[in-house]
Amino acid sequence: MNNVFVYCEIEEGKPVDVSLEILTKGRSLADQIGAKLETIVLGNNLNGIEKELFEYGADIVHVGNHSNLDPYLTLPHAAIIAGVFKNEKPRIGLFGATSIGRDLAPRVSSNLKCGLTADCTELIIGDHFDKKLNKTYKDLLLQRRPAFGGNIIATIVTPDTLPQLATVREGVMKKEIYKNAKKGKVVSINVDDFVGAEALAVQIIERHIEKKELNLKNSNIIVAGGYGVGSKKDFQLLYDLAEVLGGEVGASRAAIDAGFEVHERQIGQTGITVRPKLYIACGISGQIQHTAGMDKSAMVIAINNDPHAAINKLADYVITGEVSKVIPKMIKYYKQHTK
Amino acid sequence: MKGLNIIVLAKQVPDTRNIGKDAMKANGTVNRSALAAIFNPEDLQALEQALRLKDQHVESTITVVTMGPVRAANILRDSLFRGADKGVLITDKKFAGSDTLATSYVLSLALKKLAPFDVVLCGRQAIDGDTAQVGPQVAENLHIPQITYVEEIIEVKDNYLTARRRLSNGVETLKGTLPILLTVHGSAPECRTQHAKRLMKYKHACTPSEMSNEREDYILMHDTKHYLDLIEWNVGDLKAEEVYLGLSGSPTKVNAVTNIVFTTKEFRVMEPTDKDIDALMAELVEHHMVG
Repeated sequence: MNNVFVYCEIEEGKPVDVSLEILTKGRSLADQIGAKLETIVLGNNLNGIEKELFEYGADIVHVGNHSNLDPYLTLPHAAIIAGVFKNEKPRIGLFGATSIGRDLAPRVSSNLKCGLTADCTELIIGDHFDKKLNKTYKDLLLQRRPAFGGNIIATIVTPDTLPQLATVREGVMKKEIYKNAKKGKVVSINVDDFVGAEALAVQIIERHIEKKELNLKNSNIIVAGGYGVGSKKDFQLLYDLAEVLGGEVGASRAAIDAGFEVHERQIGQTGITVRPKLYIACGISGQIQHTAGMDKSAMVIAINNDPHAAINKLADYVITGEVSKVIPKMIKYYKQHTK
Repeated sequence: MKGLNIIVLAKQVPDTRNIGKDAMKANGTVNRSALAAIFNPEDLQALEQALRLKDQHVESTITVVTMGPVRAANILRDSLFRGADKGVLITDKKFAGSDTLATSYVLSLALKKLAPFDVVLCGRQAIDGDTAQVGPQVAENLHIPQITYVEEIIEVKDNYLTARRRLSNGVETLKGTLPILLTVHGSAPECRTQHAKRLMKYKHACTPSEMSNEREDYILMHDTKHYLDLIEWNVGDLKAEEVYLGLSGSPTKVNAVTNIVFTTKEFRVMEPTDKDIDALMAELVEHHMVG
């Protein structure tokens, strides 16, 4: 009762990064409200998975093993999570804001008739004052998220229903091994108690998972292009620069809408959030939709032929000029002066 | 196979993607009321999937449902111009302040009124909130399966629908039983354009609330041309319980809103010359930013 629950997402038999990030956050939330941290992990052949989850601070690990649970399908996972939540009555329930978490959490919320906040970038324990009722709610989960195309930051609370549910954006919270970690308790979930025949209404016919070669999130150097790069062909220059610098290529929504790049490389509000050491923004105007995903970069170089581009406001260096002329010069210098 | 009963859930949204200078207030925040109201882009892509289904199953009926103020009927007319058959506006002051759960409750009631249906389509998310919650919440309320992030419907056959969906790290083809709800991903094809003949035919389609502002001769047209009638439902028509509506029916509350203020920080301007770029690169190397 009243504990913090984290849905732990699995990929190739291992917890995904965002789940460990939320466990780390969940641990500190649980400590603040004097609760235990529990996690639910569903898949097939997950024996031993609890070890890593204990390291990230879990007190109790609920494990469901069944061939119907891997790969992920909405209905069986939703039925189990909603069922376990009904039994355990958590105070807080957290999911990664991944393709899986955003598919699953709304069904759980609807099933339990509980509030859910999507894509949180910050979670804090705090009080909420309701003006109409003239009432203060203590120790609620304050759920912060960008809204309205990233033009506002909203703080959302769920004062009257439990659990307080949220999905958490990938990469914005730090994962950290818990220093007081200890071996906790493992609870085995009896999958058949929750998953009936109706939960198998959808089957997987084919699955093609692209290898996770692209690791934008953890890249120290990102060369990102916008609509101003001009064409798909011109994006090659960005790849050339990224290769010599040992970085990765990202793109703004405008560049992706124009077909210059693939969705997987989208940085910003509706893409991924990055915080590299160096961000080289090429032909990016700097709309908030994009900057919301990169404004924590340690250093920003903006290359744009518009001297008044909004991106400049975030930049440390601004080069006003054509991307196609500037990048070759950067590559040339770098090749000549480093080994 | 006989025609399908296809429902598209759509939302009219402020165009948060194109915030021009006119929409910025002097203090650097966005003036939300200055933004144009548009058909939510992924909902329009959902309509295209519906139209493609109808291309294959020609006897199908496409009903577009939207919840919002009376002016949201604009996207219903837009849908008719592009090939939809019917439009339903759900409007009531009591819906104001609804979060996703309250919204999905109302949409589920509307769908129950439109039942039996085969396929419910909606965009993955709306650009004013980006929550992606309403689709799955509706599916859960109706106890039907869902396929999210759909890029292409491959076929509907023998009470099954097969679709390809886009994941962050790949694609997946799923097959589910009807009725089913699909949310359509931005990587799906764009919607076909308005059809000139349909535009002529449906130009004066309107809801009962809009009728009072119409010219008398247009109102009279509705007597014979029933296809011009857009359906309009309020709380009473849906037999909705008020505790589940609007602010009181919304478990999530806003605690605070902070406007993002565009601030300027100091930056150094470099010319696109060899000299300046060499100097910049030298600095980066020296400070171990690269290398």
